[in-house]
Amino acid sequence: MTQMNVTSGAAVSAPPHVHPKHLAHHFDTPQQQFDSGKLGIWLFLTTEILLFSGMFCAYAVYRANHPEIFLFAHHYLDKVLGGINTIVLICSSLTMAWGVRCAQLSQKRGLVICLTLTLLFAGVFLVIKGVEYSSKYEHGVFWWVHKDTTLYVPTHAPHGVEVVPSQAPTAIVVPAPATTPTNALAAQSQIPQAHVGPAGISPAWLNRSAPQPVAGFDKLVEPHNVNIFFSIYFVMTGLHGLHVIAGMVVIAWVLRRALRGEFDKDYFSPVDYVGLYWHLVDLIWIFLFPLLYLIK
Amino acid sequence: MSHDTAISVPHGLSHITSVKLLLTVWGALMVGTALTVGVSYADLGVWALYVALAVAFVKATLVALYFMHLRYDRPFNAIIFVGCLILVALFIGFSMTDSEAYRHTMVGGQAKNVVQPDLSASAHETPVPPSPK
Repeated sequence: MTQMNVTSGAAVSAPPHVHPKHLAHHFDTPQQQFDSGKLGIWLFLTTEILLFSGMFCAYAVYRANHPEIFLFAHHYLDKVLGGINTIVLICSSLTMAWGVRCAQLSQKRGLVICLTLTLLFAGVFLVIKGVEYSSKYEHGVFWWVHKDTTLYVPTHAPHGVEVVPSQAPTAIVVPAPATTPTNALAAQSQIPQAHVGPAGISPAWLNRSAPQPVAGFDKLVEPHNVNIFFSIYFVMTGLHGLHVIAGMVVIAWVLRRALRGEFDKDYFSPVDYVGLYWHLVDLIWIFLFPLLYLIK
Repeated sequence: MSHDTAISVPHGLSHITSVKLLLTVWGALMVGTALTVGVSYADLGVWALYVALAVAFVKATLVALYFMHLRYDRPFNAIIFVGCLILVALFIGFSMTDSEAYRHTMVGGQAKNVVQPDLSASAHETPVPPSPK
């Protein structure tokens, strides 16, 4: 237990400072210290959950209101890569939990191996994410759409998605403009008059070049505002990826301490708390994966 | 409560998960993932989302209870976690009922009053720009 130095006028030799090595002065027992730290990390995790729930709310509202956009956009997301990422993160959770067990049993070698494996799995996750992001860029679908995103699917199109049978691209007809040019200057203009929408999208833009039809494939009709789906996608997976990177940094710090032999059965709380954070990162991905990748 | 039979330790700071339990939970999570992906290939219509969410919920429960130790921890940690989930449910639930209320005013994915271009294959006319006068 901690001993208090008694301040008095005369110089008194202080009794030896006796307490368990890792017990901080503001705690009475190691158990209380451990439980307090655990409570602290759980409170932090709830703030993280609420952070992501804001984005899940945006996803839910937007998907409910614009299902056609989600149905169209999910063709750009690779289920296989997403599934592999899920498996990788679950394995990293296993090695992390195993690492905590090793720390609790004072097994330094096991702890180091488990933490290293967790880092490796996290690295694999990020690499696969990078591959996915770069393929999105090639397809031209970032949170702005910078290419013609016409998609071709095999003739048996998925249920609920509107398809145009493959044929020569036809010009798009738009309703005649409601108003004729009101002044002489506008009447002399060579620019085709705008027809559609508040920004005045011109027919020329609507007829912008489309790839030639491909035999046996149908063209998916691209709904408007498909880039908003990708805004949601990139913010959610991007923020999750940032959390993975931060988790890797913290795990690396714990690994360094473990290599120095700082953890044993009496003091393993940093490993435990970092493990809790990492499991939360896995938890969030467990929900992200079906919601983003497995839309039918 | 440490139940590791190989080493007899006095009551430690926290419950120590056995290797068997870790691997069992990991196996269940793998099965859950395979189930989620497999179900997505089947044509379930609107139920696909609910099945996927249900499986995700089960996986999340397993991770929280066993990997995150909630089952063997002080109950207060679990109360905090579940309380947070209740708040999230309120948040998303009320937001969705709110947007449900105005959904009938939405025009096929566009903002209200925006004229939809006719993108159907039956359209054949080429628009003629107004000739300058």
